[in-house]
Amino acid sequence: MTNCPNEVVQYMHEYLDGEIAPEHEQVLNEHLATCEECQKLFDELSDAVALLELADPMQAPVGFTEGVMARLPQSTQQKKKKGVNRWLRKHPMLSAAALFLILMSAALFSSYNTNEQFSVTMQPNLVIEGDTVVVPEGEVIKGDLVVKNGDLRIEGQVDGNVTVIRGEKYMASTAVVTGNIEEIDELFDWLWYKMKTAFKGLTPDKTENQDTE
Amino acid sequence: MDELINKRISEVLKGNQDSFEEIVLLFQNRLYHVCYRMLGSREEAQDIAQEAFVRAYTNLHTFDQKRKFSTWIFRIATNLCIDRIRKKKPDYSLDAQVPGTEGLDMYSQIAAAEDLPEEEVERMETQERVQYEIGRLPEKYRSVITLRYMEELPLQEIADILDLPLGTVKTRVHRGRDALRKQIGTM
Repeated sequence: MTNCPNEVVQYMHEYLDGEIAPEHEQVLNEHLATCEECQKLFDELSDAVALLELADPMQAPVGFTEGVMARLPQSTQQKKKKGVNRWLRKHPMLSAAALFLILMSAALFSSYNTNEQFSVTMQPNLVIEGDTVVVPEGEVIKGDLVVKNGDLRIEGQVDGNVTVIRGEKYMASTAVVTGNIEEIDELFDWLWYKMKTAFKGLTPDKTENQDTE
Repeated sequence: MDELINKRISEVLKGNQDSFEEIVLLFQNRLYHVCYRMLGSREEAQDIAQEAFVRAYTNLHTFDQKRKFSTWIFRIATNLCIDRIRKKKPDYSLDAQVPGTEGLDMYSQIAAAEDLPEEEVERMETQERVQYEIGRLPEKYRSVITLRYMEELPLQEIADILDLPLGTVKTRVHRGRDALRKQIGTM
């Protein structure tokens, strides 16, 4: 092998790398045919490669991905959540107030949305035509009148407050209403109305005063 | 493939951690295989391959989506494997000061996993034998040989993964093959 051309071993590796030029391959083949020693070296190198090629591919063990996901640092979203939690623990009173408001508003909104049926405070001598409540001409309604999800047409007299929630109100020229008239269409009006009635319930003296005014 | 991966990467960068799971599923087998061949232990391979994915996740914003994701993640994994091999072996050789190791420098200690008696090697099953021979290769040959013959990657891609000039990779493949030939020949 000491007498062999230096490049022959290089050509062997080029061949094994799969990038030998045709002229080099010819030189290599011609040399291997005449040199037993180089043929032996070439066979041994090929055997080494053949052994490597016997290696079976491997699968990652079961639970590998879950393991990675468990090792990931917490995402920024989760960090934010943590911050909120810390704030809640630092300010228990504010948290309680916020929770109360959330629950209250939820109750209000749900009652605004769910009561979609037509309803009216029943009074004698009211006439109902489909979704329209009529106070007939010449009649007197004693007490408050609330119409939900319907229209109200007043031709007679109402001795009390009139409230129309999500509906239209028509006043005939003969109509007389002694109390307040309110029309509620929007969510804010609805909230305001709810709050007012709630406060009226809480402070009975005030409402009495208002009534006497 | 690359398009799908880049889509998932963008989703992860937007804060959707779950999209990373799909990336892991796509590469877990190849990464685990490379780590196993480099380290020779299933436990260590799992640990290092998982660590590679965690590092990829935390540094995902530095990945250039015009490049190949597989090259990038293989680079993270092979670097971790090489670090592990270098940390592990000197401790091991200090403990294993047996007669007959005299005259061998640190580098040959890194090179050689435990050399077993000839009869034992002959009794090995093929798969065991393959891993035994890879494990005996010096670390710098082991990484190129693993990527070349276990993953069947082109030489240029190996150069990209290991951040070495193509010529250096070729030389290491040649020397690695020759080292392997000598190992088998002495048996």
